[in-house]
Amino acid sequence: MKDAHVNLAIIGAGPAGMSAALRAKQFGLSVAVFDEQPTPGGQIYRDVMRSRSQKLQHVLGADYAAGKNIAQPFLDAGIDYYPGSTVWRVAPGELSWTSKSGSGELLADRILAATGAMERPFPIGGWTLPGVMTAGAAQILLKLDGVVADDAVFIGCGPLLYLIVNQYLEAGVKVRALLDTAPGTNWFRAAKHVAGALCSPSYLMKGLKLLSNIQSSGVPYYSGVESVRIMGTTKVAGVHWNDGRRDFSLECENVFLHQGIIPNINLTMAARCDHHWDDLQACFRPVVDPFGRTSCDWLVCAGDGAGIVGARSAALSGEIAALAIMHDLGFLKAADFRRETVPLLRLRRKDQRIRPFLDARYLPLARFRSPTDPQVTICRCEEVRREEISRALSEGCPGPNQFKSFTRAGMGPCQGRMCGNTVVESFCADTGSSPDAVGYYRLRMPVKPVTIAEIGGL
Amino acid sequence: MFRKLEPSTREVSILVSGQRVEVPANANLACALLAAGVQLTRVSPVSGAPRLPYCMMGVCFDCLATIDGIPNRQTCLESVREGMIVEIQDGKAQYMHEASLGDYE
Amino acid sequence: MDPKSPDFVVVGGGTVGAAIAYGLARNGLSVMLLDEGDIAHRAARGNFGNIWVQGKGHNNPAYADLTRAAANSWASYANELQAETEIDLHFRRPGAFYLCFTHEDFQKRTAMMRAIDRAASVSSPFEILDGSELRKRLAGVGPSIVGATFSPDDGTANPLHLLRALILAFQRRGGAYRPRCKLLSFRPEGMGYTLETTDGVTAGSRIVLAAGLANKELAAIAGINAPVRPVRGQVLVTEKLAPFLDYGTNFIRQTVEGGCIIGESSEEAGFDDGTTLPILRETARRAAQAFPILKHARVVRSWGALRIMTPDGIPVYEESSQLPGVYAVSVHSGVTLAPFHSSALVEKLIQGRLGGDLAPFSSRRFNVQKA
Repeated sequence: MKDAHVNLAIIGAGPAGMSAALRAKQFGLSVAVFDEQPTPGGQIYRDVMRSRSQKLQHVLGADYAAGKNIAQPFLDAGIDYYPGSTVWRVAPGELSWTSKSGSGELLADRILAATGAMERPFPIGGWTLPGVMTAGAAQILLKLDGVVADDAVFIGCGPLLYLIVNQYLEAGVKVRALLDTAPGTNWFRAAKHVAGALCSPSYLMKGLKLLSNIQSSGVPYYSGVESVRIMGTTKVAGVHWNDGRRDFSLECENVFLHQGIIPNINLTMAARCDHHWDDLQACFRPVVDPFGRTSCDWLVCAGDGAGIVGARSAALSGEIAALAIMHDLGFLKAADFRRETVPLLRLRRKDQRIRPFLDARYLPLARFRSPTDPQVTICRCEEVRREEISRALSEGCPGPNQFKSFTRAGMGPCQGRMCGNTVVESFCADTGSSPDAVGYYRLRMPVKPVTIAEIGGL
Repeated sequence: MFRKLEPSTREVSILVSGQRVEVPANANLACALLAAGVQLTRVSPVSGAPRLPYCMMGVCFDCLATIDGIPNRQTCLESVREGMIVEIQDGKAQYMHEASLGDYE
Repeated sequence: MDPKSPDFVVVGGGTVGAAIAYGLARNGLSVMLLDEGDIAHRAARGNFGNIWVQGKGHNNPAYADLTRAAANSWASYANELQAETEIDLHFRRPGAFYLCFTHEDFQKRTAMMRAIDRAASVSSPFEILDGSELRKRLAGVGPSIVGATFSPDDGTANPLHLLRALILAFQRRGGAYRPRCKLLSFRPEGMGYTLETTDGVTAGSRIVLAAGLANKELAAIAGINAPVRPVRGQVLVTEKLAPFLDYGTNFIRQTVEGGCIIGESSEEAGFDDGTTLPILRETARRAAQAFPILKHARVVRSWGALRIMTPDGIPVYEESSQLPGVYAVSVHSGVTLAPFHSSALVEKLIQGRLGGDLAPFSSRRFNVQKA
């Protein structure tokens, strides 16, 4: 670490983090960027700077390659960038980080959490078996090293799922089947947002093309899937499902699951800024103003971590947040701040017109968010089943934190990331309470597991 | 089964559960293990259930393995290095008394 | 007053309140247990889980005896709760080491242990182990530890399982558990009391205040001086490790699940239950010094827990003289003393008299000091 103090520390080098860093650097702020990955890009642009064959570039598409337009300037700007490093603690005005090459504390006037999104947990029977991964993981394998699985079954709904299936088809990889869980009833929910979607013809056309490509490709496509179970004892053997009319099954070795993405909130939750439940996106998100300011004056949040917006808006949010930070720190006069942000806010509003439609159309069925089968594992780390929630409730358990104490759900190495949403929604399903009333795990440091030596500074 | 769409240009060798495996230089470890056909990276310390990487982005902790003697490492956040020794994470983390003692003070 | 109102309302769904409520219900009384919601200053959930005897009751033989007797009944208590609930409390009594980092510490510790032993009437054996003796007995101790005291009477239990078992056993014995029902105030009415809670008004013949840090205000309503204050302890928990620590220690405990709980800090931090870098750092350093094997173990959680501390660290068991039938119980060793709270204390509560051998725990001792 060159300096033990910066104006702005950014956590995450995805579109939001990189864009914020570029803006802040351009205006003369001292900036440090921490990211877990060895190369910039976040998940959406994961490893985007890697050199690839023409064919792989084509498979991954132009939207992905566009990430270079942020990542290259980011690498060229001389920004203090710490790849492969984990920020395990944030506090007012400071953070603690660690990496293979060192660790330390950094004082920062502002901390920008650009921690992005993760895939919504999709707790169904058999989802812990080897051979089951997320659709996002399938795409990351493709981005990292052009690694694919033949004859895989894709299950779920949402743009990312249809995109990866298209990328597989483009790459000439045989897809066994796509089981689409997008509920038909969601069309009613989505209908009122169609006007907004029509204002975003490019997004809409892309989406429609993804689906029509799949349907015309000859890949077996099953819509209206209402329940799914992955079969197997030590690895995936097949899939059973039902579409409300009849049962189906097929054999396979690889399954990729997807039910949309949700903000990765462990860091903002541990910072104890206010969060609220977003009904449209069915997830908790930090409460932020249009510029990303949270309820903690030292913490700002941009990108999907503040609520799912997609890559383009995430980059805009990063810029907007950086400008707000510069303004708040006195680097930017109010008039300049307004002048700089107004066009960005307008662009973001325009980019977000499709969002309510997407959120409504692909909101997963309730039973895929809170399983009805009592035997389904909800906490992958501690292997806690759905029935444990009903049992704890019958004992008067007042909420997720007491539940965590009683069952260890959320106490494993993933620190509740894979079960938090499911536990909250299951409490709601069983009690009729709202997620805001149920609340979330009370998260603490370390934001990621770190060693005794790292905490001790040994 | 996972496979690579294209052959690697340069490979390094790592040791996976005692077997020499050729993997692309600088590859992501979890990705390389899957591409090499590894069937298991972790055995759950709770029930003994087998696991493989699930999320590939550092949030699920199902890709844990013992790397160069250090248990419970996230293989999806790791790049391969020539000579890297990877073993299945068999339940709870096992640290060696002697090694740590030698390392300390 | 409602004729159906319970014999006892126990206020506080932590380890202390739940243990008392369970004991009362087991004796056939009708009991309501008032608890807060999911988020509360809940020491029961931040607890270390030591059933700790050695070194307790210095200059207070009554407390030493109380602790020793409770620890001695823990095995049958754990069996009883397991039979009632099928919950394994992970009770173990392998004995524990108090690790000393300096020769001065070691000498002080030795002298204190001897003094307590001379004064107490319930006997509790202990050993004084210098560095080389300690290393023969306890593998993996680091070179910075100069000596230890060992007591075979110390044990451990899973405090979270204990809490769950108590609340469940209480209900199975007919008790009414009322979460999200924080007591705001109470007043005498007819032969009993009316209690105003965040979830409406309720009633009961007698009240046991076991509300942790809230006891200070609640007990004052009944004219009881319960000057408890929060003393923060910061705790780290590691990933699951292969078993390496068969014994308890004063600040590191390996749980049955495999994780190590590490913590010994003691701070005046008001009601802030956060964690701070200096304390986490010091705790981690001392853990690595005590057991170098822990150096590379990964910490998955940390927390700050607020101990319920009286001015002298000794429990308060007090009956109100102004409002008969209102009792205050303020204890920071809820796990160790749980068997006492569920049986001997309950018998006294039923009789309605907390005097006799509990006289040393009257909060009037604080008034005397002031005078």
